[in-house]
Amino acid sequence: MSAIPDAKNPGWAARLPLTGKVGLGLVIFWIATAIAGPWLAPYDPGAFAHQDVFAGIGAAHWLGSDYLGRDVLSRVLSGARYSVGLAAAAAIAASTTGTGMALLAAVSPRWLDEVLSRFMDTLISIPSKIFSLVLVAAVGSSLPLLFLIATLIYIPGAYRIARSQAVNLAQMDYVQVARTRGEGAAYIAIREILPNMIHPMLADFGLRFVFIVLLLSGLSFLGLGVQPPDADLGSLVRENISGLGEGAPAILVPALAIATLTVGVNLLIDALPRRRGSKEG
Amino acid sequence: MSAASPATGQSGTTFLLTLIVRRLASGLLTLFLVALVVFIVSGLLPGDAAQEMLGQSATPEAVAALRQQMGLDQPASIRFVRWLAGLLGGDPGFSMVANMPVADIIASRLPNSLILAGLSTLVAVPMALTIGIASALRQGGRLDRALNTATLSMVAVPEFLIATIAVLIFAVELRWLPSIALVPASGTFLDLLRALAMPVLSLSVIVVAQMARMTRAAIIAQLGLPYVEMARLKGVAPARLVLVHVLPNAIAPIVNAMALSLSYLLGGAVIVETIFNYPGLASLMVNAVTSRDMPLLQACAMIFCGAYLLLVLVADIVAILANPRLRNR
Repeated sequence: MSAIPDAKNPGWAARLPLTGKVGLGLVIFWIATAIAGPWLAPYDPGAFAHQDVFAGIGAAHWLGSDYLGRDVLSRVLSGARYSVGLAAAAAIAASTTGTGMALLAAVSPRWLDEVLSRFMDTLISIPSKIFSLVLVAAVGSSLPLLFLIATLIYIPGAYRIARSQAVNLAQMDYVQVARTRGEGAAYIAIREILPNMIHPMLADFGLRFVFIVLLLSGLSFLGLGVQPPDADLGSLVRENISGLGEGAPAILVPALAIATLTVGVNLLIDALPRRRGSKEG
Repeated sequence: MSAASPATGQSGTTFLLTLIVRRLASGLLTLFLVALVVFIVSGLLPGDAAQEMLGQSATPEAVAALRQQMGLDQPASIRFVRWLAGLLGGDPGFSMVANMPVADIIASRLPNSLILAGLSTLVAVPMALTIGIASALRQGGRLDRALNTATLSMVAVPEFLIATIAVLIFAVELRWLPSIALVPASGTFLDLLRALAMPVLSLSVIVVAQMARMTRAAIIAQLGLPYVEMARLKGVAPARLVLVHVLPNAIAPIVNAMALSLSYLLGGAVIVETIFNYPGLASLMVNAVTSRDMPLLQACAMIFCGAYLLLVLVADIVAILANPRLRNR
């Protein structure tokens, strides 16, 4: 990656490489769709607007109709809200909780750090899909529960990244100075350490968002995520799976929609100037 | 990895053994804690198997009697120990839903999952190594940037899109392959291959991207080191440099990448198995969620977690063995 000195300079977007600009465009597009989608929908997403099922692309129904003859474009526009909104909320919750616990670990006595880290290492050893299946089986899958499940599963990853940052920063001279000055642990964590780990944590937040979108849409695809009558993009793929043999837009469009969202975020993060962090988690 | 300072006078082999034993112990502790988490989480909701079996209309006495018969009246700690002992002894309980031992259900599915994962490994590992090494060799070049964007995108694409596109191309358009992976009971080897082709292809595409990216990163991290410059100055050809000089040194992170990706092939195959109706362990676990078959669910979860921990363990041990600094102490 070409080294751009400071991402905060005005015009940072203009200096992104082409892939980064594509990513940024896709991200803005999906945020706008998530906010305005339901109002832009040409039909009621629940209405049987087309006399044919699995109709192809046409003038009245741009993206055809689904397995019940509903308008695919309207359903995608309404479904994006769940996919983007739920995942964004869970990613924010996971990143802030993980960062907060990491800061706590960095300024706490050693035993607390070790207990917390051991606990997080345990949770991280459970593959995310498997963990989500166990959690859904145990507590169910209403929207608030899905939010909690996704948050819980991705806290340990955020914690691990944040802790490695925070522990290193805690050794820095200026933190030692603050400590000698007699500052309290909370001041050191929030005013000295946190501001210096914001950038890596933002990149990590983006990755976490991608993981959560994929996890939640995967669960919905399996019929274990967002439940009818609500439908996120994964549910749309699931309910139209019988159109696969005809190559109906009803199944391809929502799948492509998820892909453009997650690929867009990935391209954008990759193009942002940063040190190479560790992936996965 | 926290390698403790070795006592003086220890031979290299003893030191290595100590490291490996310590790593094994830590792996076992993690597995135990994971089992504890799975056990606690899957028992979160009130209501138990006895209640569920007898239904709403059962008298409290009948439920209590059955509960006692099933050992559910015991405290959770005792049930946990009993469950864990059963798992280790190969008897993970009895499925009320299917009315047969969990071990039998799993035994009928596990071979399918292993075949799928094994074939995907055979396809994916050479592809990933080739792509990773090729982009590292041309670091910053056009090929590298194209591969980087391609793998970066593939990492974020949902599995059902890849599987869907595979079906559209090979089953709907070209009509080469069946769209459902029905493994014929009395089919030839060729039938088996045809049935498995698309699931294997989809899974490979998914894991290749991640593996290739990590392979590339591991090799590029080495390329900046002084010994590589030395070899270059000596006039070693680029291909030989990477294959003979760099690759052995990058083996640890590459094996680590393989382990992470391969663990995905078992549990992560949920969606691919579902799309192709493949009778593997992961789709069995989804059925267990839908039917709230807790003993089966717990057993599946432990198999996937165990496989993941085992692969990571192997990768770490390879890393210890591959480090000559630890060997020649």
